[in-house]
Amino acid sequence: MTEEIVIVGAGTGGSVLANDLAERLDTEIDAGDVRVTLVNDGPDHVYKPVWLYVPFGKRESADGRRALPQLVDDRIDLQIDRVTDIDTDAKRIEYRDGGAPTNYDHLVLATGSTLAPEEVPGLAEGGYNYYSEDGAEALREQLLSFTEGHLVLSVVGTPHMCPAAPLEFVFMADAWFRERGLREDIEITYTYPVNRVHGNPNIAEWARPKMDERGINVETFFNAEEVDPDEQVITSMEGSDLQYDLLVDIPPHSGVDLIEEAGLGDRGWVEVDKHTLEAEHADDVYALGDTAATGVPNAGSVAHYQAGVVGQRLASHVRGYPATATYDGKTLCFIETGMGEASFVEFDYESPPSPAPPSEKLHWSKLAYNEAYWLTARGLL
Amino acid sequence: MTDAAYDPDKTVDARGAACPGPLMDLIGAIKSVDSGAVVRLLSDNEQSATDVPEWAEESGNELLELTETDDGYAFYVEKA
Repeated sequence: MTEEIVIVGAGTGGSVLANDLAERLDTEIDAGDVRVTLVNDGPDHVYKPVWLYVPFGKRESADGRRALPQLVDDRIDLQIDRVTDIDTDAKRIEYRDGGAPTNYDHLVLATGSTLAPEEVPGLAEGGYNYYSEDGAEALREQLLSFTEGHLVLSVVGTPHMCPAAPLEFVFMADAWFRERGLREDIEITYTYPVNRVHGNPNIAEWARPKMDERGINVETFFNAEEVDPDEQVITSMEGSDLQYDLLVDIPPHSGVDLIEEAGLGDRGWVEVDKHTLEAEHADDVYALGDTAATGVPNAGSVAHYQAGVVGQRLASHVRGYPATATYDGKTLCFIETGMGEASFVEFDYESPPSPAPPSEKLHWSKLAYNEAYWLTARGLL
Repeated sequence: MTDAAYDPDKTVDARGAACPGPLMDLIGAIKSVDSGAVVRLLSDNEQSATDVPEWAEESGNELLELTETDDGYAFYVEKA
């Protein structure tokens, strides 16, 4: 009887895992003992870090998109459909577009983050974000013609994808306006929900002096409650108002409804053991990447490393060995600190981040990795 | 766990969450309840012991009580 492994979601975590399993379990798959199905609700893989560069006219959204069949090993059954129901008791999933219901032996949820700007009244109408293809392109329209006024970047919701990206955006905007001789006519304000500029105290402590040196205004303890698009004002629940000419926001995020409906966790995040990545409320279910509520950043590197752990554990299950691979919280991020320099952090559950001194070399390393990413998605890097 | 004098209308269990998760969970809960309601936040993150009182003061919500529990802290916050 064929052992069924189903991966839902073909972002970084799902794609890397599928290719990992194709190699790790090649013998079993070729013999028909194991089938790995990768389900995605669109035909393409999307590499989201490209979006940061789109508003500045440095990249196109299309640069972050590749057809899944180009990336996923032929041993994988690729199913383009959307999962509408998970029954963890019957170990069965159902599809929206006509795929026959599938029974699984092992299920991996890698459904990622979705944006929920509607949670803050006026945000969708008044703000722009670079957390989607359409959003990044709409922001580009505004930013490329923005020559004076008040740019407010407001981190509205956490957790959000790529926790460093709001800092990167204001550092890049500051440098970009300076290069173009516009900085004196543009005020930049950065708002963050807690009492520092980043959730991680070490990164916040590193970033704050740089923001002060560059004249980037900071408003902390700013939890956006409402946006008035007509008056161009964003109001916090702490009672502050900010008038803006261009509002760039990091909208609230959530996972997919499917997960809460299946009783696996709130807001679409699966409650997992943060080391094994196994779901707390169902057997034979894993989650990885943004979907897994581990407390580490929602970042591609996390999904990448977690995919390796889940791949090893699934192979152990298939072969009847005890699963010993565990995730140690490893996270790796490049952080742009301007238009031509970047920093780098690497940390895990036990070791806090210590950002490297910004350099041009790290900036080029980040851009080089963005190109090499497609090897990661293929499971080669 | 230390007995508290307050009966919470809502409890948020953020034990195990990394910073700033517990505070953000509290803020989300405060948004969802009516004025006068009491939210209890459970956190085992030490940073919460600083973040939550500071946020309560900044936002005008009242931190009624902070108790140390067997595995962290319990914060009782009344929505303004």
